[in-house]
Amino acid sequence: MATVPLQHATQEGEWRLPSRGMVAMAGLITAESSIFLIFVVAYLYYLGRDVQGPTPREVLEIPYFGTVCLLSSSGFIMLAERAIEHGKIAAFRLWWGVTILLAAIFLGDTGLEWRKLIVHDHLTIHTNLFGTCFYSLVGLHASHVIVGMLMMLVTMVFALTGHLRAEHSYRVKVLALYWHFVDAVWVVVFTVVYVVGR
Amino acid sequence: MGTDSMPAPQGIETGLDRTQELSRPGTYLELVHSWIVTVDHKRLGILYICYALVFLLVAGVEALMIRIQLFYPHNDFVSPYTFNRLFTMHGTTMVFLVGMPILFGFGNYLVPLMIGARDMAFPRLNAFSFWISAFAGLLLYYSFIGGVGLYGTGSAPDVAWFAYAPLTERPFSPGHSTDYWAIAILANGIGSIGTAINIIATVFCMRCKGMTLSRIPLLPWLYATVSFLVLVAVSPLTAAQAMLLIDRYLGGHFFDTQMGGSAILWAHFFWIFGHPEVYVLVLPAFAFANEIIPVFSRKAIFGYPAMVAASVGIGFISLGVWAHHMFTIGMTSFGNAFFTLSTMLVSIPTGIKTFNWLATLWGGKIRFQTPMLFSIAFLFQWVIAGLTGIMLSVSAWNWQLHNSYFVVAHFHYVLVGAIVFMIFAAIYYWYPKMTGRMLDERLGKLHFWLMVIGFHMTFDVMHFPGLLGMPRQIFTYEPDRGWTLLNQIVSVGGFIQGIAVLVLVYNLVHSYFRGVLAGPDPWDAWTLEWATTSPPPAYNFVVDPVVASRRPLWDLKHPEDPDSAFE
Repeated sequence: MATVPLQHATQEGEWRLPSRGMVAMAGLITAESSIFLIFVVAYLYYLGRDVQGPTPREVLEIPYFGTVCLLSSSGFIMLAERAIEHGKIAAFRLWWGVTILLAAIFLGDTGLEWRKLIVHDHLTIHTNLFGTCFYSLVGLHASHVIVGMLMMLVTMVFALTGHLRAEHSYRVKVLALYWHFVDAVWVVVFTVVYVVGR
Repeated sequence: MGTDSMPAPQGIETGLDRTQELSRPGTYLELVHSWIVTVDHKRLGILYICYALVFLLVAGVEALMIRIQLFYPHNDFVSPYTFNRLFTMHGTTMVFLVGMPILFGFGNYLVPLMIGARDMAFPRLNAFSFWISAFAGLLLYYSFIGGVGLYGTGSAPDVAWFAYAPLTERPFSPGHSTDYWAIAILANGIGSIGTAINIIATVFCMRCKGMTLSRIPLLPWLYATVSFLVLVAVSPLTAAQAMLLIDRYLGGHFFDTQMGGSAILWAHFFWIFGHPEVYVLVLPAFAFANEIIPVFSRKAIFGYPAMVAASVGIGFISLGVWAHHMFTIGMTSFGNAFFTLSTMLVSIPTGIKTFNWLATLWGGKIRFQTPMLFSIAFLFQWVIAGLTGIMLSVSAWNWQLHNSYFVVAHFHYVLVGAIVFMIFAAIYYWYPKMTGRMLDERLGKLHFWLMVIGFHMTFDVMHFPGLLGMPRQIFTYEPDRGWTLLNQIVSVGGFIQGIAVLVLVYNLVHSYFRGVLAGPDPWDAWTLEWATTSPPPAYNFVVDPVVASRRPLWDLKHPEDPDSAFE
């Protein structure tokens, strides 16, 4: 019966709805934010409650280099978004590649940090509460970086094989939103772990 | 019913695609295959509901075994170990494998239809969410044979549904039963989050032409609120389960009190999920009431904007009340006062809703058919459940009754008296849409009265052993406590409810084959799901609907006096 449009339906103008990709990504970000929130709360709650060392002050060094790389990648991904919107595929490939590279550098930096902590300082997830909270929170974030990087790599493959065109810029934007979230979370994790927690 | 349903408009015959019924009948295997690979929101909705009904029977049997064990003092029907497993599995199953799936099932089925959409926003994500939830259910129950414990005796989880730390840590829960519990709930949580994202995207991005935010029927509105709650409240549980698994598998110390970890933090994390979860379950029940009560009162819902605002308000307030589950853990007096007051605050939006339902009934031409009977019972029982909730929110009173059968009676009053009753109402109301046949009204009334009698015998009486000091989760009790007769009445009531559910199951099967044909609109209702055939074709609507008011079918049936003229 809905086959019969109503006589009274006077539609003025266009019928516009929010885009489902963006809304869904916003929903995912909401859910992920609460997961991070719980880990952050645990980290802050357990600060200084350890029964044995090492403490954050003794072993943690501020990862300036990795942080700069990760946060600047948000700027480069914006350049990539703009490039694909205007159909400049070559520019897109460049900025997209730079973003992936910066993410990889960040992960490498984290890997070196963990190597130092495990080999040199003998801090593992099993050592004490700090170790448990630190590796969980930073590891949770790093796993998000890895997921984002994998998705960007898939996009890069499409871009290099010529399957990515300007009409896909919307999907790139949804993915970029996730990446901005990953970067924004790092601001929180960085503040909690390396500023407040140290 | 159905006598005054509207005449079929011209064009519906020619517009319907009948290729499916005219094509050759498929084999049984093809049928099963088509259900397994389906991404149709209606089929997935029905799968959710059937899955939940199976687990309803399973968890119901567990409840009845608990009640047999408590029938008289020093009973030894089951061992204390089995008893622990029974109440753990009963609670976990009812919340995660019955409540959430059945509500998501109705949401899946109804939300796209009610907003005039072709399907959910992400059909494949929808299928994924269902199957991962189904996997979680199987995983949880596989623990009965897979979760072998230290002495080969362990089986199902026995840590209660809130699984307080450090009981769940390795030294106290050897074997794999707790792992099954944690992983099952983690997997289920992923499914819930997927569905929640899907419902939000569907409600806001898939609406048909003319369906502005203020014209969305209340059911999709409430499901959007619920989905938001799932996103912010189920995720903490997922995080907490991840922490628990880090503790159990990687040797972490989150909840390891020996190493400075905190058992209280688990309680906070669990109840940050646990209390909003109550609203995740009850808001869909409200949503059903919002649809059913107006149709059977023959009036538009009273105070639509207030209903939306109250629902969203409940969603927000429910995020700030969790520690009222933890008054006896020992908080500061500020904490006690805060959570007492914030809990009482919930009664304002819920009060708005209750009064609006009463105002909808007021002066209406009420039809007492089965869905309406369940809705009326829901109204009364919901108010009583709310009143004991306010009693328990007072921290001083709560200290006396915490973890007693009074609490058990209170939350079962919500879960059964409000939620299960509205689920039954929804089954009677939307079964014709899903199958094309009416449920038998006489069996429905029998089901209703058995359910009401059984419910009140069980859960009214259950308050009293709690007031007399009977703690929850105990295996047995002494004969001189004065709890015996009360427990016996409770158990008998439980069995009456069990019979009532069997009547429903019989009715569901019987009516599927023998029920009266329903036609597209058996209740003379006003929302878009009744504008298509019963059951709807895979594509829902032949032509995308266009709406001009909150009650598009009213406009269609009463062109002389359309709602849209008053908006």
